[in-house]
Amino acid sequence: MTLVTTLYVGLFYAATIILIVGVALRIKKYAQTPSPLKIPTMPAPRTQTGVVMRIFREVVFFESLFRANKWTWIFGYLFHFGLLLVLLRHLRYFTEPVWFWVNWIQPFGKYAAFAMVIGLLGLWGRRFLVDRVRYISTPSDHLILALLVGIGLSGLGMSYLAHTDIVSVKTFFLGLMRLSPQPLPADAFLLTHLALVALLMIIFPISKLMHAPGVFFSPTRNQTDSSREKRHIASWAQQLEAGER
Amino acid sequence: MADFEVPVLNEYPVIPKVKEGVMAHSAPFLAAEKFQTPLGFPGELPENWKEVAIDKMGELLGKYRSLQVFLDICVHCGACTDKCHYYLGTADAKNMPVARQELLRKVYRRYFTFAGKYFPKLVGAVDLTKEVLDDWYSYFHQCSQCRRCSVFCPYGIDTAEISMAAREILDTVGKGQKYCNEIIGKVFVVGNNLGLPEPALRDTLEGLEEEIEEDTGVKVRLPLDEKGAEILLITPSADFFAEPHVDGLIGYAKVFHEAGVSWTVSSKASEAANFGMFIGSYENMRRVALRIREAALELGAKRIVFGECGHAWRVAYSFLDTLAGPFDFLDQNYPIPQHICEFTNNLIKENKLRLNKAENDHMKLTFHDSCNVARGAGMGNVEGGQFTIPRALIKASCNYFYDMPQDTIHDATFCCGGGGGLLTDDLMEVRVKGAQPRMEALKRVTEEHGVTNLAAICAICKSQFAKTLPYYGFTMDQIVSVHQLVSNAIVLKGSEQEAELDGTAE
Ligand code: HEM
Ligand code: HEM
Ligand code: SF4
Ligand code: SF4
Repeated sequence: MTLVTTLYVGLFYAATIILIVGVALRIKKYAQTPSPLKIPTMPAPRTQTGVVMRIFREVVFFESLFRANKWTWIFGYLFHFGLLLVLLRHLRYFTEPVWFWVNWIQPFGKYAAFAMVIGLLGLWGRRFLVDRVRYISTPSDHLILALLVGIGLSGLGMSYLAHTDIVSVKTFFLGLMRLSPQPLPADAFLLTHLALVALLMIIFPISKLMHAPGVFFSPTRNQTDSSREKRHIASWAQQLEAGER
Repeated sequence: MADFEVPVLNEYPVIPKVKEGVMAHSAPFLAAEKFQTPLGFPGELPENWKEVAIDKMGELLGKYRSLQVFLDICVHCGACTDKCHYYLGTADAKNMPVARQELLRKVYRRYFTFAGKYFPKLVGAVDLTKEVLDDWYSYFHQCSQCRRCSVFCPYGIDTAEISMAAREILDTVGKGQKYCNEIIGKVFVVGNNLGLPEPALRDTLEGLEEEIEEDTGVKVRLPLDEKGAEILLITPSADFFAEPHVDGLIGYAKVFHEAGVSWTVSSKASEAANFGMFIGSYENMRRVALRIREAALELGAKRIVFGECGHAWRVAYSFLDTLAGPFDFLDQNYPIPQHICEFTNNLIKENKLRLNKAENDHMKLTFHDSCNVARGAGMGNVEGGQFTIPRALIKASCNYFYDMPQDTIHDATFCCGGGGGLLTDDLMEVRVKGAQPRMEALKRVTEEHGVTNLAAICAICKSQFAKTLPYYGFTMDQIVSVHQLVSNAIVLKGSEQEAELDGTAE
């Protein structure tokens, strides 16, 4: 095995562990922290089914963002929807045989990459052009956008400028998954692409990217409006009560 | 009349350009030691204040999922930046909801996250210093916890939750706010925010009985501490005291009278407000709420009805059962607790109230959705009942009603500018400036429909508008209570008004 291959094998194992363990620990923390009070943003659904629908609309349509700001919504939606298709398209590197529906979306995946990058550039533009958004932007906000744009451009580079040996890439990743590392083609676009992807995986659990799992834990969105029907009490509040009565 | 510039009202809303630090001077009076100790807070900054503050933050992060999740997941998308009335009215950068959260978040990052511990500059994390503490004190008292930002945030991040946590931390290091903490103390000792003792209350209620009899010829009772009454009315103490609140109270009394139910006010729980929520203190909020339970038990009441008060209704609707429940000793056939608007609306639907709309013909009305009712509570056990029910009452009592622009009502309503514990003279500047978006919307319907009056169901809104309307060229008496309108229109059985209408007057 070449040095490059060894490095990337180590990098991807580490990044995967950090991503999975890191996100799992954060989710565990969110799940275990109690919500002592009923605080859904009203009017809220009165049933659990209603809540599922509300979160579905937030995740699939970015409903609240649509009400808030049309430009952010358009760019945000282009980016996320593009990202979703791109990631689904990427499943072909990790499955053998490739699932039939992953094959179906291959053609859309190519355009999705442009949508993703355009969306990202639009969002990034806001950070310079809109004074309010400029004020609240931190260096890490810019860097995360740069990272994603970098991933997108290096990916597009492989698709349109200098093709990589996709079959070998797939062999490499299947090898990783089967714990028998295989050689990785060493062209610049691919190595850049993969290094940036690994970085993204590593920072995911310690950054604002936690918004993706976090949105499901937001009490203002995931609670029902049922405070007059069913008593809601947190364990620590119950202890407080027990101490007095 | 002001030593600050009153914002202009534009024809259409304008999002101001960001200005830094223009409201940094705004801060409420600090609570003296005597107002801190009864609530269990120190009177001044302890020597190890930094440790105390960080420990408190850690404790709250473990107790409130909202805080933990909200501090983690904001992506700085900026969707909330132009949604806060304080930002729109002051243009101060730190009054953008996300920037306000950031004051706490950057300290959270520094002490509780990997990125903030090792790469503080990158993620904008800072050490907790006295300057940061002062910034907290200033800007977390420029948030009325109205939750408008949470409606528009793609993750529902609620700056009110952050403000509450910040105020709780400030309290634990001796930086309490005089207005809120003094009032909570008064509730514990006297029973209400205004510090009205039992004899004064009795006097007032008797006075109102006489007034109603003079006006209508009917003996309508306003009982106090009456054991065995079916309904315990919990209402903001402003209702006993000032215009236009007291006209609302007269309205409730007339409605109860027509319904033929027995009811009473309690001197022990003569206050609906619960400022424990404003300071984010579960313990204090609970102590205030427990008085209501005790009063209901002592008086043997079967139902609890709340008068017109915004944040009180949020605490009542959303938190009361949690804080002071279970209310298994009350009549389970009625909502626990019930809002006076729900009560009146039911009577209207059952055709049990006779209302003469012409009595309100000298007014053209619009309705101000109070933030805590709109976004923090419900009514009528239907989604959005808090919007339709008060409007139904107004429309049943008045011939002329016009809504303000769509993006300023219902769940997008603008706070009056005085909520969340800011209703104090030492915060007049931020109150007046924060009222700008609401005043602008009011001006629109004034010009388009000739609206003359603004109705509300919140004691804080009413007091705030009475003070701020004049700054914008309106008059203080343009704010009215919803039950004042009901009161004007109601035709009591056996009253002079009934006789006149039916042509049976001598
Ligand atoms: C459940 C899945 C997800 C949902 C519902 C979601 C939703 C959102 C929303 C509503 C925004 C704010 C608007 C915008 O800027 O687009 C946002 C921002 C962002 N999301 Fe996601 N997201 C999800 C997953 C992801 C994933 C997997 C990534 C990256 C790998 C990601 C990266 C970002 C970034 C970088 C931003 C900030 C954009 C900026 O700087 O303006 N999101 N997300
Ligand atoms: C270990 C994970 C990944 C591997 C092995 C990988 C590999 C590749 C390869 C081989 C290509 C070239 C495709 C072609 O020539 O047709 C590509 C393209 C691309 N990749 Fe990745 N990638 C990974 C993760 C990601 C992630 C996480 C993102 C997005 C955040 C991303 C975004 C893109 C884009 C936008 C393209 C160009 C359009 C396309 O062909 O789909 N990749 N990637
Ligand atoms: S809760 Fe209301 S006052 Fe506070 S930041 Fe949000 S919009 Fe502004
Ligand atoms: S809308 Fe929500 S996620 Fe976006 S900046 Fe505001 S608080 Fe953060």
